[in-house]
Amino acid sequence: MSSSPDKLVYMANQIGKFFQSQGHDRSVQGISEHIWKFWDPRMRKQIFAHLDAGGAGLEPDVRDALLKLRQQA
Amino acid sequence: MSLIQETDFGTPKSKSEAMVTLTIDGNQITVPEGTSIMRAAMEAGTQIPKLCATDMVDAFGSCRLCLVEIEGRAGTPASCTTPVMPGLVVHTQSERLKKLRKGVMELYISDHPLDCLTCAANGDCELQDMAGAVGLRDVRYGYEGENHVFAKSHGCENDNWMPKDESNPYFTYDPSKCIVCSRCVRACEEVQGTFALTISGRGFDSRVSPGMNESFLGSECVSCGACVQACPTATLTEKSVIEIGQPEHSVVTTCAYCGVGCAFKAEMRGEEVVRMVPWKDGKANRGHSCVKGRFAWGYTTHKERILKPMIRERIEDPWQEVSWDEAFNFAAAKFKGIQQKYGRDSVGGITSSRCTNEETYLVQKLIRAGFGNNNVDTCARVCHSPTGYGLSQTFGTSAGTQDFDSVEDTDVVLIIGANPASAHPVFASRLKKRLRQGAKLIVIDPRRTEMVESPHVKALHLPLMPGTNVAVLTALAHVIVTEGLANEAFVRERCDWSEFEDWAAFVSQDKHSPEATAIMTGVDPKALREAARIYATGGNGAIYYGLGVTEHSQGSTTVIAIANLAMVTGNIGRPGVGVNPLRGQNNVQGSCDMGSFPHELPGYRHIAGDAVREQFEAMWNVKLNNEPGLRIPNMFDAAIEGSFMGLYVQGEDILQSDPNTKHVVAALSAMECVIVHDLFLNETANYAHVFLPGSTFLEKDGTFTNAERRIQRVRKVMTPLNGYADWEVTIMLGKAMGFEMNYSHPSEIMDEIAALTPTFAGVSYARLDELGSVQWPCNEKAPEGTPVMHIGGFVRGKGKFILTEYIATDERTGPRYPLLLTTGRILSQYNVGAQTRRTENVVWHAEDRLEIHPHDAEQRGVRDGDWVRLTSRAGETTLRAEITDRVAPGVVYTTFHHPDTQANVITTDFSDWATNCPEYKVTAVQISPSNGPSDWQKAYDEQARNSRRIAPIVEAAE
Repeated sequence: MSSSPDKLVYMANQIGKFFQSQGHDRSVQGISEHIWKFWDPRMRKQIFAHLDAGGAGLEPDVRDALLKLRQQA
Repeated sequence: MSLIQETDFGTPKSKSEAMVTLTIDGNQITVPEGTSIMRAAMEAGTQIPKLCATDMVDAFGSCRLCLVEIEGRAGTPASCTTPVMPGLVVHTQSERLKKLRKGVMELYISDHPLDCLTCAANGDCELQDMAGAVGLRDVRYGYEGENHVFAKSHGCENDNWMPKDESNPYFTYDPSKCIVCSRCVRACEEVQGTFALTISGRGFDSRVSPGMNESFLGSECVSCGACVQACPTATLTEKSVIEIGQPEHSVVTTCAYCGVGCAFKAEMRGEEVVRMVPWKDGKANRGHSCVKGRFAWGYTTHKERILKPMIRERIEDPWQEVSWDEAFNFAAAKFKGIQQKYGRDSVGGITSSRCTNEETYLVQKLIRAGFGNNNVDTCARVCHSPTGYGLSQTFGTSAGTQDFDSVEDTDVVLIIGANPASAHPVFASRLKKRLRQGAKLIVIDPRRTEMVESPHVKALHLPLMPGTNVAVLTALAHVIVTEGLANEAFVRERCDWSEFEDWAAFVSQDKHSPEATAIMTGVDPKALREAARIYATGGNGAIYYGLGVTEHSQGSTTVIAIANLAMVTGNIGRPGVGVNPLRGQNNVQGSCDMGSFPHELPGYRHIAGDAVREQFEAMWNVKLNNEPGLRIPNMFDAAIEGSFMGLYVQGEDILQSDPNTKHVVAALSAMECVIVHDLFLNETANYAHVFLPGSTFLEKDGTFTNAERRIQRVRKVMTPLNGYADWEVTIMLGKAMGFEMNYSHPSEIMDEIAALTPTFAGVSYARLDELGSVQWPCNEKAPEGTPVMHIGGFVRGKGKFILTEYIATDERTGPRYPLLLTTGRILSQYNVGAQTRRTENVVWHAEDRLEIHPHDAEQRGVRDGDWVRLTSRAGETTLRAEITDRVAPGVVYTTFHHPDTQANVITTDFSDWATNCPEYKVTAVQISPSNGPSDWQKAYDEQARNSRRIAPIVEAAE
């Protein structure tokens, strides 16, 4: 977990796992809100860049949450 | 200023609401039923002579000095053991009483040395006072007979005489001065709950005996000081009093160690502390203390304190002592340069949970308003940030729900991942007192801690595998719901019913049953079911938890699971119940309240909220950034990546206390300017460019907020040795950076906090002086503060049940790392040990030891006391082993108080999903025999020694 996108992907997926049991819609809402509330802009920018580059490693709910968050931004 | 004299009423206060009226010495007095005649008299202003009675312990009736006469009753009963009754007519002074008392005193004094002038208790001796009070003028028996006073009598060794026991570093036991009142024995039992002392022998042979006639240090004594405080003579005396003499004035202040927040009287001679004595009116500690607050304040004047500012260009250079102005200008130039080069967001700071609310508030203000970003965080990140998240999600506030007094109404105590006997000792004593009265105790902890088994306390212990908290707590919920033990009426009234139904269906799934989860948790399903039934049905149930809950990758989930348990059983919103995080450091609660987290302003309000942010902008006259900043672990990552280059750290040793030391070293080394503001050259300072000397809690005014949300005053008793209080240093640093903050006293800072923070609206220094302390919220609705929260309804409206799926940590054991390491604290040391290691407390704990089960030790050929190598995926270190079955096979344990051990070289980067609170409590490790320090330890030690060099001062030529 040394390089930054890997770490951020790991963190985002970790958030995703907490919300997973709440079903897709609430999960996507929960993940995007959490990242918006607690992540510094540079971290969000990096993960969006990773998303653009294919978003390897991101769980499906997390990917949806990030897409949703970027639309709002 | 004068010495605060607290009234000793002789016996404890009665809690009865029924009142009784009687007559004492011709005056009618009305007191609660159950009050002793002695106490009733004292409340009316009449002090009946006494020796064995004191109001911290129950009446004993042994000294026969407090005799009174009661009309219509035969004899002369002891007033301490005789309760008041309606219509009694009591006389406290008569010819008969005078004669009896004088006779008793004469006997006492006939076996007591007459060295009053040179005695350490001179001026503070109850025996002396009572001899005066009864008018003793002569001792007819002489001193020739059998006695405990003289080493030799009639030229022979006196077998009754015992030498002083100087083994405890802080107090002396002089048996020759003992009057066997047994106040010390009872204080140890009733107040502290350790039962280390007893009276051995009978009659004339009666002696105070630590353990089985052991030394104090060799016995079970935990050096809390309760016995010393209770002793009416010089038998048990603080060594500082013996050395310095009696204090002449005292000031009430708040301990700067753990989150209990004990109130102390700092007893002074001029600017020298003579002793710290717990204050009976302190609402957190009620007159009790532990070895740290009572005795371990010597660090405040330790020779290693750095008193002059220092700077250096590179961390390889020796430090240069400079003037304050030079240091501020150097730091300001560096930070400005960094911001110009790397952008506004490339610097930040860390507030201290050891500093005052006012100081913490100023640091976050400097960062938000002065630096122009929100890169502010605090050490709560690495301890209780999941508490803030979990409790605000479920209940609506980021704090514990009760006051400590609440434990007196508790019937079932559930302790999860906490060891209050070591980490929150004064609360533990209060808790044990309640347990001895019959309350039940359940402990969920991988280790058999001191709480599990202690005198007259036996817990139902659920020893779980580290990292499986969520599975265990969800299984408890499973039992409560499926066995029909939920408090449906409470849930329907106070909580969101449809969320509850979702949650109930979730926890009811078979996969969450104790039987199904036992394979992961290692907890006996029968014991788990029993624990669930006791908690749900045993009356008032209160949960106390610590860092064993929060410092996991599922820390926040566990806090939520705890809140769910309290809601489903209706254990919220009245005395005796609740959810109570035991905070690690003195002001963790306060530093969180003061807006130390990057995403929220003081009072836990998100930085993106325009209305709140605009209030701060108006008050501070500056535009604030509306985006959350970096949290501590994110700062480290950003530093390594090259976008975060300057850090101001106040009163926090991130290098020693944060996980994965190598990662922290890499991050700090990458930064261009690290400013450390501290008492000592701590480990972080090895990588710093500016050192600003800090001040101790004795040297400044301010407030701390303890684990009960209780705001208490810290009062200055001496001039800062370094010249300035920390709040003044932050102001001057800000000024050098071009950001003016104008306050002439911390009270003005508190006024600003109150004006901007609704939960603090009613707080002011005047209010605190008047009430002693207040628990927030303190505002128009609760002008005297709020001891118990969520009465009648939750702060957020409806209590919110949230699903808590157990997700195993990615830190797994395997063939290479087959054991799980978990970490904790010991009573005598505090946090990274920067303070306590610089006191005599090292006699109890001179080094960190690795606790390992005999089975695991045997397999590896490790014997007790051997050096072992402890290796994880993150790093390795060495320390000595202690073989014990307190830990289960497969689990090892150590403390993190000593920098040469560097337990955090071992801990990993894994962290809580919601808050990035590090997973200190679970690390997969291997252990092997070792010959001594690892290469890393040697290299680290050399770097540290090199980095701490201070250049000799060269006089500049004119």
